Amino acid sequence: MSGTFVGMPAFPEAARDAVRNPTLRGNLRHATHTIRAKRARAVAELDDWPALREAGRRIKDHTLRHLDRYLVQLEESVTAAGGTVHWAADADEANRIVARLVKETGESEVVKVKSMATQEIGLNEALLEEGIRAYETDLAELIVQLGKDRPSHILVPAIHRNRGEIRDIFRAEMGEWGRPAPEGLTDTPAELAEAARLHLREKFLRARVGISGANFMVAETGTLVVVESEGNGRMCLTLPETLISVVGIEKVVPTWQDLEVFLQTLPRSSTAERMNPYTSTWTGTTADDGPRTFHLVLLDNGRTDTLADQVGRQALRCIRCSACLNVCPVYERAGGHAYGSVYPGPIGAILSPQLRGTASEIDASLPYASSLCGACYEVCPVAIDIPEVLVHLRERVVEGGPAVRQGNKVILKPAKGHAAERAAMRAARWTFTRPGALRTGQRLASRTRRLHPRALPGPGRAWSATRDLPPVPAEPFRDWWQRTRGGKDGAK
Amino acid sequence: MSSRDRVLGRVRRALADVTPDERPYEEAVNRGCLREHGHRTPGQTVELLAENLADYRAIVHRGDAEELPDLVGRLLAGNGSREVLVPPSLPPGWLSAADVARLDDLAESTPHRLDQVDSVVTGCAVAIAETGTIVLDGSPDQGRRRISLIPDHHICVVRVPDQVVSSVPQALERLDPARPLTWISGPSATSDIELDRVEGVHGPRKLEVILLS
Repeated sequence: MSGTFVGMPAFPEAARDAVRNPTLRGNLRHATHTIRAKRARAVAELDDWPALREAGRRIKDHTLRHLDRYLVQLEESVTAAGGTVHWAADADEANRIVARLVKETGESEVVKVKSMATQEIGLNEALLEEGIRAYETDLAELIVQLGKDRPSHILVPAIHRNRGEIRDIFRAEMGEWGRPAPEGLTDTPAELAEAARLHLREKFLRARVGISGANFMVAETGTLVVVESEGNGRMCLTLPETLISVVGIEKVVPTWQDLEVFLQTLPRSSTAERMNPYTSTWTGTTADDGPRTFHLVLLDNGRTDTLADQVGRQALRCIRCSACLNVCPVYERAGGHAYGSVYPGPIGAILSPQLRGTASEIDASLPYASSLCGACYEVCPVAIDIPEVLVHLRERVVEGGPAVRQGNKVILKPAKGHAAERAAMRAARWTFTRPGALRTGQRLASRTRRLHPRALPGPGRAWSATRDLPPVPAEPFRDWWQRTRGGKDGAK
Repeated sequence: MSSRDRVLGRVRRALADVTPDERPYEEAVNRGCLREHGHRTPGQTVELLAENLADYRAIVHRGDAEELPDLVGRLLAGNGSREVLVPPSLPPGWLSAADVARLDDLAESTPHRLDQVDSVVTGCAVAIAETGTIVLDGSPDQGRRRISLIPDHHICVVRVPDQVVSSVPQALERLDPARPLTWISGPSATSDIELDRVEGVHGPRKLEVILLS
C-alpha cells in the first residue's frame, strides 16, 4: 500500500500521541457525534432498512463468490461501450499503467476525484516521480494535499483539522499550487469553500486528463458510478478529454438493478443524507458528451489474498461509507492517523492487515485497535462482522498459520511482539488442566498478597500504566466455596 | 503470464473452498426490499418531492404551461442573468418571455466560454420524491452534462406528475444505463470543514426547480 505510511509506529504508540492532543480529540468528538445522530435519523426513514442491509450483504457475497465471472463480464461490457480495461496485480503495476496512460496524452498535470484506491497505491507520489502533478479536487483532499498531511477519515479526510488550521494552510500553501488564497481570508466555512472554488476552477477548465475511482461498477452494463457532494467529481468526470479510473476488483456488482440497494444505503450511512448531492454514471464513452477516451484499471493489490481468507473475505463487501468510524469509541479518541493506513477505524483494522499482511509492526497491532464492542457491525450497511474478523486476525498474529500473500500460500510465523502473550497463554493452559497446581498457586498468591507490586514490571508496565492491578483476595474463591458451600452456611 | 490471467487465477484459487452455487442470480439474491416507502397518491408524491428538494436548499416553484415563460423570465431576471445556456432542443416556449441572450452549447464552445454564462435551463429525465433528486440523462432537452455543471445557476423543469417517481428503485427502472446520467440532489455542497454544510463549491450554487403541471 501507500508509501506514505511506511515506518508508522504500531497503533498503541501512535494512538498515545493522538489521545494527548486535546484539539484533535475535540474535533473528532464533535464530528463523529454529529454525524452519528444524523445517520440514525436518515436510516429510520426507511422501513425496510434491515432488508436493504441483508440485500446488500447478499449481492456483495454473491458477487465475491463468482468474482472471476463478473470481472470478465465487466471487461466485455466496458470494452463494448468504448472503454479500455487494464489489469494491475499490485500498486506498482497500477501506478506504472496510469503514468504511461497520462504520458501518452502528452500532459503533465491531472485533476483527481477523491479515490481511496489511488490513495492506497500512492498514485500521486508515483506520478510525481514521473514528472506528473496530480491535483486533488475534493475540498478535504485539497486541505490534506496542501497541508502535506495524511487523510484521517474515509469520508472526510481532513476531519482532524479545524477551520482555523484550514485557513492557515490555504493562506500559506495555495499560491504554491496555483491561484493564491484571497486577501483577508477568514475562517468561516463559506469563505474557505469559496477560496477552494476559485483555486480549483482554473484547474478544471484547463484539465485534459482526469483520474477517478468508482463506488460501483456494473458488470451487466459496464457502467461506473461515482457519488459525491461538491461537484468536483462531475468536473473531473466531464471536462477532461481522457478519463482514467482506478478501481478495486471488489467494487463490481452484477446488475444495474443492484444499484437500487446501494444508492439507498450508501448516502444514508456515510453523510447521513437521503441522497448525496451528485451521482454520476458513465458507460464507456459517449459521442460529444464527456471524455472521449476512457481507461479502467482493475486493481488487485492484496484483494485476492483477502478473498482467500474464509473469515476475512467479508471485508471485501465494504462500500467505504465510514459509518463504522463514526461509532467507534477507539477511533473517536485515537483519530485516523494512528491506524497508519488510508483505511482507518474498524474497517481499516481488518482491511489493512489483510491487504498488506501482518508482517509490519503497525499491521500486526491493528487487529488490537478495538474494544470489540460491536457498534461497527451494528451500523455496517453490508453487515460485515468486523469483531469476528478482528478476533480471527488476532489469532493469526499470535499463532501464525496458513495465509495467502501475493497469490501464494504461505505459513505465517507468530508475530514477535507476542511472545510474552503466547507464553502466558501456554502457562494458563498448563495450569487450568492441572487443578492441583492451580489450587496451590492460588493459595500461594493469597498468602503473599502484601508483597505484590502495584504495577507490573517489564512489558506489562504498559498495561498497568493506565489501570490498577486487581487486588488478590485473602482467600481463593474455590476455598471459600468449599468452606461455606456457596455462602449457604452464612459465612461472610 | 499477463496480469489479467494472474489476477483471475488468484481469484479462482482464492475461491477453491467455495461450494458451487449455480442458482440463477435472481434466485440467489432475493432482495425483499420495498419498491417505495409509504403509500401516496401521485399528488402527495409531488408534494414530497417539493418538500425534499427544499430541504436540501433547492428553490422550488410551481406553474402550468401558460405561466412557465413568465416564471422562467422572472427567475433569470431575479438572478441578474444576461446570458443563458440552452440545450439543443429546449421546448421553444420556455424562454419566450426571457430578456436574455441565448447561447447554444456547441462542440467548439470551450469550458472557459461556458464559464462566462450566468444560467442554464434544462428539462429532466426523472425526479425522485423520497430523496429530492432530479436526474438528467443527456436527452435533447437536457444537453451535455457539462452545461448543467459549469454555470452557477441551474433552472430545471420537471413535468408533474409524469416525470416524478417515489423511490430510487423506481427511478432506476426508468433510466437507460447506456446514457451518461447525472443525479442532482440540491446545489453543490460540502461538509468537509467541521461537518458544517456549505452550499456551493464546484457545481451550480443555485438550483431552482420548476414543477410544471
